Amino acid sequence: MSKGLFKISPGFEDVMPAEYKELVTNGPYGRDLGISDLGTFKELIEEHPLCAGCAEALALRLILASLPNPEDTVIVGSTGCSSLLFPQVAVQNIHSLFGNQNAVATGLKRALRLRFPDKVKDVAVIAGDGATVDIGLDMVMQSWFRRELITTIMLDNEVYANTGGQESGMSPQGAVLNMAPLGKKFPKVNLPEIAREAGCAYVATISPALPRRLGKVVRRAILVAREIGPSYVQIFCPCPTNFKWPSAQVLQKIRDRQKEGIFKVREYVSPEAEAYLARLEVVKQHDEEQ
Amino acid sequence: MAVGEYWVRPGPEGYLPPAAASMGVELPQRGEALVEGRVVPEEDAFRVIAEKLLTARNPVFFPGPKILWAWKDGAVEKARAVLKLMEAVGARAIPMPDYRPKYPMINPAVEINPNHPNLTIWHNRIDVGVFVGVHCHYANLALKIIRGGTDCYTIALCGEVGHEDAMITLRDVDAGKLERLTEVARALSAARSPQVQAPAAGAAG
Repeated sequence: MSKGLFKISPGFEDVMPAEYKELVTNGPYGRDLGISDLGTFKELIEEHPLCAGCAEALALRLILASLPNPEDTVIVGSTGCSSLLFPQVAVQNIHSLFGNQNAVATGLKRALRLRFPDKVKDVAVIAGDGATVDIGLDMVMQSWFRRELITTIMLDNEVYANTGGQESGMSPQGAVLNMAPLGKKFPKVNLPEIAREAGCAYVATISPALPRRLGKVVRRAILVAREIGPSYVQIFCPCPTNFKWPSAQVLQKIRDRQKEGIFKVREYVSPEAEAYLARLEVVKQHDEEQ
Repeated sequence: MAVGEYWVRPGPEGYLPPAAASMGVELPQRGEALVEGRVVPEEDAFRVIAEKLLTARNPVFFPGPKILWAWKDGAVEKARAVLKLMEAVGARAIPMPDYRPKYPMINPAVEINPNHPNLTIWHNRIDVGVFVGVHCHYANLALKIIRGGTDCYTIALCGEVGHEDAMITLRDVDAGKLERLTEVARALSAARSPQVQAPAAGAAG
């Protein structure tokens, strides 16, 4: 895709909303940007509608800033809080039905490979825990079994948040929520382990409290999914509204959970993926020396 | 109403107006157009479109992504032709740079939101609206919503085969056809303008 796609037809600049004009002049396309550049470019269209302190919103900003090839990336979302944010992202995106996201991404990735055989087109699913581990688990796992070359990123806010607070597969055991007043009876689903067993070549858990590491994880996941096999990233971003935390304390709560060992940063890289990433690193170093 | 007698006229037609196609309105053939669901020769439609735009209180073009963005050869030429037409009929534009539903709110004076019935034509103050460069499925959706809830007279300048749900639809619209429409509008405008009377011969200055 050429950056020319993001040029406004001459004469229509005046009527174009300011945010689109800014996106053209200050967007991420065709530039090698990363987490440290956040705030210097426009990765979202104006204000987003998520709750104050929402760690999902921060996670998504970090993901967007970490995409290795944003102009040639398509994000597939699903129903949930995150879907309220997608209309604001400055990357091509598709909203699927609840739980269908990995099936849609599969078809899209295959179609893009047929339509653009000479280009790299990344497809990344970004969905909440309800869409990934509950309603969509069948299609998520089937895409891994089939070794589809897509990245699945779960925004794990540990609850069905925008429908009022039902427990999800990712809610921790004992969690008392608006619509789970007696506390959840079962433990959190261990999806990273399932992903590894199901055939993902790269699996990681991370949180937005570790922004640089999150950026690296997302980048690696997308690169592995280009060549080697499916990848899965689980981003721990619990919901302040449903867990009734003050907005300003969310990142601290995440850090506390990490210290307590409830949330662990983990990374699994298959031997093939490891060799591939090492090759890319060598190429990058060589390019930098030239 | 019997199939084939359905008139595609301005609404408001209620929350769920029937799709004109389901009421027997068929798309025009090459060289033809639809005016309120009736097939007419294309040249006739040019005149009606020009007349509608020139007599409108508040004519507004809704340019879509296919002409707002310089995304392929031909898009810029078509965009320029649309701008000329807008100038000829004295219309303004509310753009549709993409079709994403805008949350939590949209500024409808700045941008059209084709997904949202209350925000498509804000306050029903647009009496003639022209769709151009809008992808088919979104044009269908928005045109039907507008007919359902407003009395806006809609015109579709379609690059493909047209839209039954617009009050007037032209098909196969390219830069050449837009130029022709602009010519017709300019000629009609000149004919409608009060003639500047030359001073009578011998009159004192």
